Amino acid sequence: MSVTGTLVDFDAALEQFDPALGLEVHVELNTASKMFCGCPTEFGAEPNTQTCPTCLGLPGSMPVVNRSAVESAMKIGLALNCEIAEWCRFARKNYFYPDMPKNFQTSQYDEPIAFDGWTEVDVDGTTYRVEIERAHMEEDTGKSLHVGTSGRIHGADYSLVDYNRAGIPLIEIVTRPVMGTGAHAPAVARAYVGQLRELLLGLGVSDVRMEQGSLRCDVNLSLAPRGSGGLGTRTETKNVNSLRSVERAVRYEISRHAAVLGGGGSILQETRHWHEDTGVTTSGREKSDADDYRYFPEPDLVPVAPSREWVEDLRATLPEPPRVRRARLQQDWGFSDLDMRDTIGAGALGLVEETIAAGASPQAARKWWLGELARRANETDNELTALPVTPADVARVQAMVDEKTINDKLARQVLDGVLAGEGTPDEVVASRGLAVVSDEGALSAAVDTAIAANPEVADKIRDGKVAAAGALIGAVMKEMRGQADAGRVRELILEKLS
Amino acid sequence: MTDLTRLDASVLAGMLDAGETTSVDLTRAHLDRIAAVDGAVHAFLQVDHEGALAAARASDARRAAGDVASPLDGVPIAVKDVIATKGLTTTVGSKILEGWVPPYDATVAARLRAAGLPILGKTNMDEFAMGSSTEHSAYGPTHNPWDLDRIPGGSGGGSAAAVAAFEAPLAIGTDTGGSIRQPGAVTGTVGVKPTYGGVSRYGLVAMANSLDQAGPVTRSVLDAALLHEVIGGHDPLDSTSLIDPLPTLVAAARQGASGDLAGVRIGVVNELGGEGYQEGVEARFDDAVRLMTEAGADVVEVSCPSFVHALAAYYLIMPSEASSNLARFDAMRYGLRVIPEGIDNPSAEDVMRATRDAGFGEEVKRRIILGTYALSSGYYDAYYGQAQKVRTLIQRDFAAAFDQADVLVSPTAPTTAFRIGEKLDDPLAMYLNDIATIPANLAGVPGISVPSGLAEEDGLPAGVQVLAPALADDRLYRVGAALETLLQKTWGGPLLGRAPELETR
Repeated sequence: MSVTGTLVDFDAALEQFDPALGLEVHVELNTASKMFCGCPTEFGAEPNTQTCPTCLGLPGSMPVVNRSAVESAMKIGLALNCEIAEWCRFARKNYFYPDMPKNFQTSQYDEPIAFDGWTEVDVDGTTYRVEIERAHMEEDTGKSLHVGTSGRIHGADYSLVDYNRAGIPLIEIVTRPVMGTGAHAPAVARAYVGQLRELLLGLGVSDVRMEQGSLRCDVNLSLAPRGSGGLGTRTETKNVNSLRSVERAVRYEISRHAAVLGGGGSILQETRHWHEDTGVTTSGREKSDADDYRYFPEPDLVPVAPSREWVEDLRATLPEPPRVRRARLQQDWGFSDLDMRDTIGAGALGLVEETIAAGASPQAARKWWLGELARRANETDNELTALPVTPADVARVQAMVDEKTINDKLARQVLDGVLAGEGTPDEVVASRGLAVVSDEGALSAAVDTAIAANPEVADKIRDGKVAAAGALIGAVMKEMRGQADAGRVRELILEKLS
Repeated sequence: MTDLTRLDASVLAGMLDAGETTSVDLTRAHLDRIAAVDGAVHAFLQVDHEGALAAARASDARRAAGDVASPLDGVPIAVKDVIATKGLTTTVGSKILEGWVPPYDATVAARLRAAGLPILGKTNMDEFAMGSSTEHSAYGPTHNPWDLDRIPGGSGGGSAAAVAAFEAPLAIGTDTGGSIRQPGAVTGTVGVKPTYGGVSRYGLVAMANSLDQAGPVTRSVLDAALLHEVIGGHDPLDSTSLIDPLPTLVAAARQGASGDLAGVRIGVVNELGGEGYQEGVEARFDDAVRLMTEAGADVVEVSCPSFVHALAAYYLIMPSEASSNLARFDAMRYGLRVIPEGIDNPSAEDVMRATRDAGFGEEVKRRIILGTYALSSGYYDAYYGQAQKVRTLIQRDFAAAFDQADVLVSPTAPTTAFRIGEKLDDPLAMYLNDIATIPANLAGVPGISVPSGLAEEDGLPAGVQVLAPALADDRLYRVGAALETLLQKTWGGPLLGRAPELETR
């Protein structure tokens, strides 16, 4: 593994060069069955249990196109303002690799289902147009597991292949080169992928779990001398599988390209690997014209020719575009740009929206999802949407806080209970006995006890040092096991010591 | 007692209906015949005694219960080894799949089983159906029952020889460039290539997907129609399978059997004859045309100028598709695995290379290399692209010809059976065997080969081919059955009655 040593400072690089971005995003669709057979697509099953003669490529087997995958592909195309082909075919991309059952991938080549689209992303108040060259359908490959000390193919003792993933429907969305982004290039890349993720979620066509590989991003980058308007030699960085990594990888490659070019060298057109841990890219296999996939139309499939009625029916069902939706929500909620960016970045836009719909205030909804719940999701390495708590639960917890049935600390315990599967917030409050004690007699007794136990503090308060009340409040809360309204405790203390 | 193996399937089906025989008796008679003659013929790669007899017993039980699954329920059949059969080895004539037992049935196999036909075994073929003589089988050649020193045609020589040698009344073949029809011609049997998409390809180990088509191999036109109706029709597992219902084929065969061809327009294809065609083959073809004229047909000459390019186009399209289809045989999941010698810690690629080197025969390698080359970047347009254009021109020639004629006719193969080994060193000479059959595959139209008689110079069978427009498979049976009736009248019985008796053991 060779790591390029020298890098040029990012800002210095952009004084000399204009970056051009290109993004290729692979999206695993969430169809119930695979692209060309009836096998299920659930993630995480025992290896090689979701296979059949077709997705194993057994001699004689044949593919049949999954209609709902075609429909999802068209929805994605339409949401990206693409043209939808009146007639298109699948092709075979021929190359040998053990995780490919047929040693060719059934993909689309020069006849994609969707083409010539565009979308817009906003970065720091500037709008950038990203042109979509194509969105095409293909099948995923199997997954190789290299067993041995290195964990990579070289030096592995042996390799295992799981074909459960082979044949899962993929849509590859390819942009045209995005020019003119300058120092915003990393942020534009991130914003595009983030917005795409949101769009796919909104369409309901994919789980878009980057950590499970259902959205995978390849970042193409090249530099050209500033103001030249040209395109330099590009590198394709694979395996960039988080929004943050997209931004970092672009940034890194800009600095690396600038160092190579600035030193009089030239960029090798190649595939590079992104390393999440070290934040660098390393050289993969060299990509050149020698790669010859011998594409030809798949003779086992008939052309896909969606009727215009079908296309228009789908167009009519498209949800509001993410950018429009975001602007509307930001205005409705009164969020700052930063609040909004954090909410989107955490993948919490829909959750916050639903929580507000269930009765919470925008600020409260944001507070729970981006605070406590984001922390829980991080701890368990989950997406927010995967947590076993619903927006309605969160709204209910907040309502209880507002009603002073519980306080913030108890609210966290209620969420613990909900996350542990103990039931609804109300059920957790009841079963754990978490409601704030509003029995004035019990409270009053606890306050008396605290005053008696801390005579010096009591004296200070009597002398007017109201700030000292904190110590007594703490003692009362401890006595009440936290199940008291701190405001009411304070009132009682001050009443008794006035 | 009647020798059950000598009878047509339609006759056997009638006997089963009349309670004059049982499926077990029929199946046993054919298994005995196989045991007696297949040592010399080598039509079978595997014989499934137990499976066939179990299916026969089940058929007899069904019939006893008054529940007959199809008109051919109980009549045994042989299946070309290119068709995946659950629990029965499917080697495709190749070492690379030696011993491979599919975990699933091809649709054709499933339909045969559902229709109650006991499967006697799997028949020999050129490796991956690449050849016209069955000499390219990795398991040794099949011998022509008319002359054991000669080839039975190919690639489906095993199926044709099995039927010609009375080892099976029916067989399944597959036809990519003539592999059903040419063996039919040189063994004196009937072979049908249905309209492309008329019979499911699901489970047929692909050579060239856009050309392959499974079909019947029989001793009579009526038998072919009966079998075609069992295996044909739409299959949701094959996207290229036709939605259109099958025309009524058996009825067409029965109509044709009267021998009346009044008002039928028959086109003789100018380009499929003359130079390269054996004199005796042409003479038998001319006899057939004369008989059809006498039977009331309007015979016209038609020209299909693009047919001269058919062979060249075929030898680009077929290897291109094959090179990709055969990529999956890489030792990773099933089939042969060869660990290369002299390499420490061989990589997956090393194992793939060694396996493919050892597992594929010369002809298969030749076609993989041809196809890989033709699809390569920079050559694609000049080769694959041009070939597809020729294909379109051939389709246009057919369309124009079918404006003038209801069916087209030609000799099926340019020569009678040649001697084993005679053309093995000359691939181009071998390829020329399919010159008359390939256009139908390129255009997707159906064709039948019917015995036309024996060539005078060598006393070996020749065939006449009838071609019809796509979806009009019924015309093959109408005209084929009429021709069969007319010819058999002149011979005084079936042509196979004149084949020499095979030594039995």
